[in-house]
Amino acid sequence: MAVSLRPDKVGVLVAVIAAAAAASPFATFKANRIVAGAPRSLFEALPPTGAAILAAVLAVAVVVALLRTPGWLRLAAALAALGALAVAIGAVPAHLTPEGDRLARVGPSTGFWLSLVAFAVMAADASIRLRLGPLARIVAVLLVALGVALLLRTGAWDGLSVMKEYAGRSDAFWREAGRHVALALGSLAAAIVVGIPLGVLCHRVPAVRGAILGVLNVVQTIPSIAMFGMLIAPLAAVAAAFPFLAALGVGGIGAAPAFVALFAYALLPMVANTVVGLASVPAAAVDAARGMGMTARQRLVRVEFPLAFPVILTGIRIVLVQNLGLATIAGLIGGGGFGVFVFQGLGQTAIDLVLLGALPTVALAFSAAILLDAAVEASRGRLA
Amino acid sequence: MIEIGHVTRKFGAAVAVDDVTVTAPGGAITALVGTSGSGKTTLLRMINRLIEPTSGTIAIDGVDTRTLKPFELRRRIGYVIQGDGLFPHRSVAGNIGTVPALLGWDRPRIRARVAELMEMFQLDPAVYARRLPHELSGGQRQRVGVARALAAGPRVLLMDEPFGALDPIIRLKAQDDLLALQKRLGTTIVLVTHDMNEALRLGDFIAVMDAGKLLQFATPAEMLVRPATPFVEELIGTGDRPFRLLALAPVSEIVEPGTAGGPPVPATATQYEALASLAWDGRSAAPVAAPDGTIVGIVTVTGLLRHAARPR
Repeated sequence: MAVSLRPDKVGVLVAVIAAAAAASPFATFKANRIVAGAPRSLFEALPPTGAAILAAVLAVAVVVALLRTPGWLRLAAALAALGALAVAIGAVPAHLTPEGDRLARVGPSTGFWLSLVAFAVMAADASIRLRLGPLARIVAVLLVALGVALLLRTGAWDGLSVMKEYAGRSDAFWREAGRHVALALGSLAAAIVVGIPLGVLCHRVPAVRGAILGVLNVVQTIPSIAMFGMLIAPLAAVAAAFPFLAALGVGGIGAAPAFVALFAYALLPMVANTVVGLASVPAAAVDAARGMGMTARQRLVRVEFPLAFPVILTGIRIVLVQNLGLATIAGLIGGGGFGVFVFQGLGQTAIDLVLLGALPTVALAFSAAILLDAAVEASRGRLA
Repeated sequence: MIEIGHVTRKFGAAVAVDDVTVTAPGGAITALVGTSGSGKTTLLRMINRLIEPTSGTIAIDGVDTRTLKPFELRRRIGYVIQGDGLFPHRSVAGNIGTVPALLGWDRPRIRARVAELMEMFQLDPAVYARRLPHELSGGQRQRVGVARALAAGPRVLLMDEPFGALDPIIRLKAQDDLLALQKRLGTTIVLVTHDMNEALRLGDFIAVMDAGKLLQFATPAEMLVRPATPFVEELIGTGDRPFRLLALAPVSEIVEPGTAGGPPVPATATQYEALASLAWDGRSAAPVAAPDGTIVGIVTVTGLLRHAARPR
């Protein structure tokens, strides 16, 4: 194996980020949950042996990144670095917290986060170089999720400040997690049910296309806070007029306006992708379908939808990732979801509580993006 | 037999097809020739009602096409378009089985019919049935397109520039295959082309269109000899007219008694091929062999040239 001495370009990026990480504090120590934290370097945060092992693993990974090494080696080195970081951060609280101190909070700091970014970039780059197929990428996401679940279950991270926030409100966490996912998926489902037929209408009747897409474009530009404000009056009126809807929880604030807002934002990507997907179906195939005696419905179901499906699925991917992130806003108006922790944390200046809401949101959106990208690629694969 | 009576089609103020009356005889190939914008494709697409006539009538085997629902009419008519129009997401078998599936045939019957057609078009079902269109060559895709059009055994086949996307060598082979197929099945074919050579080669009859009007409907030989208008004459091209005339008739029509040396010319060859062979060998006459190999007489350069001359 010939190893060139010219450094790898992505490797340089990884090395620069890792160097910045090495120069930054690895962890933060706080006397209690709301005071400002004091930085701790890697060698302060961990016992000498542990710190040395982590530093060595990361250094080797950076060397692998810098040299022109094969993809599988880069992926293995990046995953080893990420694994070492994950285990190491769990060991920090025990080392930093004085015996018997129950108020102290220990959490990851800039150095840890930068290292995480550096080796995540390296892992993503390696998986692209290896040309991992859709199935391999889905398996990879599941394996990473399994690893994180294992670390959580064994209590390896229980000392970290975020997990201390969780420990106090695990019931609320899972309830809001359920609401968050229900909001995101529910409004996605509604957008699919309404958006695809609207897209078909736009495709079949060009006269209405401009009007529908124009309105949805305007909706997309309304800031979410303004959207909630605009929804309060009409939804309150609806709830007042139809008591059974009020009994179901529809009202000016709460989950209903959050659901409606997510749905409204989701419509444009759904309709636009349906229109683009249908327009991309080869004209000859549509002409042949007509010429062979397919009815309008048969043409749509047997020819146009299957051929437009990858583009429509791309729309679903955009909406799902967007919704998982946007659903956080529901916390502002009593709609539940991970946003509850984010806004509570902001109110209490308890950054760990903010992270308890933000980290799972990011993880969900990120995994959804990878899984659906893989699905889109798989659906395109057959047409090549 | 397709009877087109006083058919006109307007798009807004523009008249695409202007009062055309013509009959495409049953069991024959009628080539519809014209430049782009001549209305030939519009006329073709009015036969299976992909476009509705503004006025006039079209009857297939005596049945007015307006008495059927458009999609029912189209399921009875084969349809082949330029660039094949295969469904990219369906296998070769799925594409060929499209119309039988629409007609509600049961699966074993569809499978048997697809296999039969694939054999007929020299596509081994074991190899190609599960392939997708993008995994085929241009010539194979074209054959799948024709097989798909013939799947439900239509009496009428409409073809819109069916060989337009093929390279010249494959095109000649595809044209020969179509001629053989038509002889075997006796299908009534209407074929649109902008290429007069293709029309002369394939058509039992040729209809020339220009600016929405039908200029001439005639057999290839008649059209070569007596073009109705200067436009038709220009379309045919006068430069090699004698050779085209020779290319339309077999050697068997001009066999003379006598004997000649050298290798024989098959009686089924065209007179054009016979002349080319004699000219290349520098012979003035050659023996003519019947399909069974017996020598039935001779063909002479003089005889060939007499036949190439303008009839008086």
